[in-house]
Amino acid sequence: MNQELKPIKHSEAHYAQHEPSNSINEQLLLIEGAGCASCVGKIESALKKVPGVIKAEMNFADRSVSVEGSALSDQLIQAIQNAGYQAKLASNTSATVSLDEKEQEDQLYYRRLLKEMTIALALGIPLMAYGLITGEMSVNTTTERIVWLIIGLLTLGVMIFSGKHFYTGAWQSFKNHSANMDTLIALGTGTAWLYSMVVVFFPEMIPDMARHVYFEATAMIIGLINLGLALELKARGRTSEAIKRLIGLQPKTARVIREGIETDIPIEEVILNDKIRVRPGEKISVDGLVVEGHTSIDESMLTGEPMPVEKSEGDEVVAGTINKTGSILFLATRVGKDTALAQIINMVKRAQNSKPPIGRMADVISAYFVPVIMIIAILSALAWLNFGPEPAVAFAIISATTVLIIACPCALGLATPMSVMVGVGKAAEAGVLIRNGEALQTASKITAMVLDKTGTITWGAPKVTDIVVSGETDETTVLQLAASLESGSEHPLAQAIVDTAKEQQLTLFPVSAFNAIAGHGVEAEVDGKKLLFGNEKLMHTKHIQLGNFVAKAQALAEDAKTPMYFAINGELAAIIAVADPIKDDSIEAIKRLQDNGIRVVMLTGDNRATAKAVAAQVGIKEFHAEVLPEDKSQKVQALQMEGEIVGMTGDGINDAPALAVANVGFAIGTGTDVAIESADITLMRGSLHGLADAIAISKATLKNIKQNLFGAFIYNAAGVPVAAGLLYPFFGLLLSPVIAGAAMAFSSVTVVTNANRLRFFKAKEH
Amino acid sequence: MLIINIICIALIVFIIWWFWIYKPNETILENHGQAVKVANGIYQPSFIKIPAHTEITLAFIREDESPCAEMLQFPELEINETLPLNKIVKIKIPALKEGVYDFHCQMKMYKGQLRVEK
Repeated sequence: MNQELKPIKHSEAHYAQHEPSNSINEQLLLIEGAGCASCVGKIESALKKVPGVIKAEMNFADRSVSVEGSALSDQLIQAIQNAGYQAKLASNTSATVSLDEKEQEDQLYYRRLLKEMTIALALGIPLMAYGLITGEMSVNTTTERIVWLIIGLLTLGVMIFSGKHFYTGAWQSFKNHSANMDTLIALGTGTAWLYSMVVVFFPEMIPDMARHVYFEATAMIIGLINLGLALELKARGRTSEAIKRLIGLQPKTARVIREGIETDIPIEEVILNDKIRVRPGEKISVDGLVVEGHTSIDESMLTGEPMPVEKSEGDEVVAGTINKTGSILFLATRVGKDTALAQIINMVKRAQNSKPPIGRMADVISAYFVPVIMIIAILSALAWLNFGPEPAVAFAIISATTVLIIACPCALGLATPMSVMVGVGKAAEAGVLIRNGEALQTASKITAMVLDKTGTITWGAPKVTDIVVSGETDETTVLQLAASLESGSEHPLAQAIVDTAKEQQLTLFPVSAFNAIAGHGVEAEVDGKKLLFGNEKLMHTKHIQLGNFVAKAQALAEDAKTPMYFAINGELAAIIAVADPIKDDSIEAIKRLQDNGIRVVMLTGDNRATAKAVAAQVGIKEFHAEVLPEDKSQKVQALQMEGEIVGMTGDGINDAPALAVANVGFAIGTGTDVAIESADITLMRGSLHGLADAIAISKATLKNIKQNLFGAFIYNAAGVPVAAGLLYPFFGLLLSPVIAGAAMAFSSVTVVTNANRLRFFKAKEH
Repeated sequence: MLIINIICIALIVFIIWWFWIYKPNETILENHGQAVKVANGIYQPSFIKIPAHTEITLAFIREDESPCAEMLQFPELEINETLPLNKIVKIKIPALKEGVYDFHCQMKMYKGQLRVEK
């Protein structure tokens, strides 16, 4: 295997992608029928003749060939077939195909395990029944020797047919200076069989009382552990149901219009700027922008938001969502692995594979587990041989075998990842994307939640409600000038003013000398006038006299409106008040957080009166107003200094530092990419219920992990001493290796089944 | 009995030496790439020596049907990959400082090490 591999150019670990023919890419093909090194030249040469191929290099060790260029995979496969070999893409072109293949492979493996189990138990059960009924499994006469020799050989057949994978795995691991579950099973069953064969062949060497054979234990253990593996495989399949559902959202084809002709093509062949037709009831194939038509789209599968969303020209559509009513035409803006759905799937997969810190102790134990168990087995045998009653040899063999068989490193190893797998998947179903295991664990411990007001508690889409003029300038002119000034700003309040001006069909003037003063407002020159627009602080800084307008502004703020001062040429011209409606379910969601004992704190750049009014409306007692963007992270840190574990929720670019500083950063899904990148948890819908859901799911998952870890620790900590015979001196109890085999087989299944219980977890209905 | 005791103690010493003390030979990486087979409960090769500050690619191919082999993790590098059966998964290892970096399955039953040296 020590072959050279040329470095690949992709930035991430992934399989080769099946991409359209006009782009240069790298594809990896698996070759069948290449038996000798001379095939390499033949295959490479055949590929290099295909138009568009720049480079073709074969790795003979793993029978793969890497092809760089613009040729389609079908052309490459055809060229290889013409050269006398078979080939297939090393990767799957779609996650759905990959999943189907995995299911088929798992099914084959499952059937094989069941077959192996049946064979082993077909021998083990009658033998065990015979032993239990007659109590006679010893070798004293020649006839018994012959019979047990035949049974011993049959057991060897079972070991080879049903248990071969344990022995080869154990041997390979041993050669590699490592030990695993196979090592324990191979040693346990091997010891029982070898001792029994010694009894059969050389009974005179063994004391009378110890001439007992354990073929039934060998066969039963192999059968039961294969059964355990099969059940575990099935249960594991269920842990990934959430990701399967996400992958299942991806349609297989798209109806593309190229050069005026509509054709259904595989999703992998859709390229950027393709025009795609979607009819009612069909799924959106890739991300895009609506260019024609009007419809409502069900996005619940991604966002958890049950209400369909209206879409028309200029609106974005997302792959995997369902077109409900109208027929639309859209332009593909993100395809393949760049679609939001593909990225969500990728993020969920990665998070499912990551481990929260709580699992680290189990990892450390797992690393030393198997050799320690081997040592305990030897010590146990030694103790029985030196201090045990007769037949000491039989006791020693039983205890050593039972210790080896009962110990289950897998239960420990599975405890954390299985729960994370289900928990992260469950969260994704509720529209909550958790970045990794650490975020999952920390979210379960949150004691304080900081909420940004605009866009988080409120819709973030404010409207102009009042214009109170001062002096000669009329309302329309004030609005026209203010809208012109704000036309370059991306702040939601600025957008509200521009939108209102547009609604009134006002013409906007060009702006010069524009200057945004963070947390205060803006200044610029418009139509030859020096304009200032912002909060009270800005007016004081620029020495603008506000007079009795401060009281008017306060009155507006007490109605949860945001008043802003507008000055022309150094004199106050008006107060423009804007109100941002509170989201319908913010009040209920905040109450859910508070009911869970979480201290909820609101931060806003708005003035104190508005902040107070909004806070009162949503039931928040603690709030900080007029907070500059850079101060948001300081507020988070201040809470952390008080000993709180702080969650921060925000949606804007200015929230990114605070999201990063918080113990857990939550980006609300309607937010910007920057906020989402800085966040540990992303809420795909705008509702704050997502926060309460995320915390509830993380708590349930952590509880599940703790149950699993506790169970696995207790199982091993109690099982191993009992197997070694610790109870024998007090109660005369010594565990049978068969019982140990059954316990071991079902310990892993129990862990996976317990993790699967999380699938039925429901965050509080809302 | 004395002989049995001595043999058992020798066995314990052997286990400690074989699994914990002995340092197996490393496969020295050549030309930025290395294929790693996942079969019979182990990674082959398991111990790979790579040059420091150099980006490399490891191509994993899983032939082991056991679901335990399915997940590959490089915890220090925050790499978590699913290894489909009989398919090559190329993993780009970024340029690393000198040191030892473990890779393993989710349950740490399949184990390997990258030894990064000058």
